Amino acid sequence: MAQILPAGTQAPDFALNVTPDQKLSLSELRGRPVILAFYPADWSPVCGDQMSLYNEVLPEFQKYGAELLGLSVDGAWCHAAFAKDRHLHFPLLSDFEPKGDVSKKYGAYRHKDGFCERALFVLDKDGKIVWSYCSPVAVNPGAEGILEALEDLSSKEKSTHGRVESSSYAK
Amino acid sequence: MAVLRVPVTPNDHIQGDDDAPVSLVEYGDYECPFCGRAYYIIKQLQQHYGPQLRFVFRNFPLTQIHPLAESAAETAESAGAHGRFWEMHDGLYENQDRLSVPLMFELTEDLALSAAALRKALASHEFLPRIRADFLGGVRSGVNGTPTFFINGVRHDGPWEYEDLLAAIDARLVQLGRTA
Repeated sequence: MAQILPAGTQAPDFALNVTPDQKLSLSELRGRPVILAFYPADWSPVCGDQMSLYNEVLPEFQKYGAELLGLSVDGAWCHAAFAKDRHLHFPLLSDFEPKGDVSKKYGAYRHKDGFCERALFVLDKDGKIVWSYCSPVAVNPGAEGILEALEDLSSKEKSTHGRVESSSYAK
Repeated sequence: MAVLRVPVTPNDHIQGDDDAPVSLVEYGDYECPFCGRAYYIIKQLQQHYGPQLRFVFRNFPLTQIHPLAESAAETAESAGAHGRFWEMHDGLYENQDRLSVPLMFELTEDLALSAAALRKALASHEFLPRIRADFLGGVRSGVNGTPTFFINGVRHDGPWEYEDLLAAIDARLVQLGRTA
């Protein structure tokens, strides 16, 4: 397994296609937590599919104001078809050209296979990695680690502000 | 190792004895074909183990890929409110190949339950909070797809054919000092 970027590292910026004719850069999302979910490929079997699971958990991520991005080396047209088929409500980015360029920067590229690891990163509002996890490629890591990281982040942010907010996402 | 974070309580849908040495918890989706197959495997396991096995079903509908999963879960919960959860659960899985809203009403009629009550449950989403709570509890326990099983609170990873679950449950019984 690759050595992925650990917590405490500033997340490398990138700009990748989010649709065939539109790019999204990470820096555009400053100011809120970001979840980066690198995964090997579109079109893995339906019911155990990681992206479909995250799609269902999306409202929970959004309670923390977090933005979820899925990333793989699949092309933008492939992502578009996949997202349509699975009714995904979050963007899929194409790490397609140069292939795997961004994944490599995050240490999440499998050189032998030519696709991404199943690697998860949670970034704070300043773009710093606060949690990362690399799952064996055949194992869907689920969403629990992400939720825990977002929970930690929101409680830390509250304590640095020195006040307890009765926000809707307080557990 | 993923563990069940939400303990089994009397609010769960439970088949079998609370004193059973092994508890099998399934997170399932009525429209998921893999869950449909697992349904028959669980029936076989229940037959094999008898009172040694307690079975618990919790909702994990993947609503974006299975448009009928949530209504089906609501139908089962609605029947459950009248003490007929398991009959509806079984009916939905045994007829999964023709899962539809009309089927939900047909099964309701077969159980002599009120169609009006089901209509109301589907329209008002009366049981959705419970279904959502099952789902979120599952997510927090590491459920990553359907079906996901927990045997005595520990997630069962890997294949879940009859022989696989049999071996896993036998192993747990041996650990507990009971002959499998």
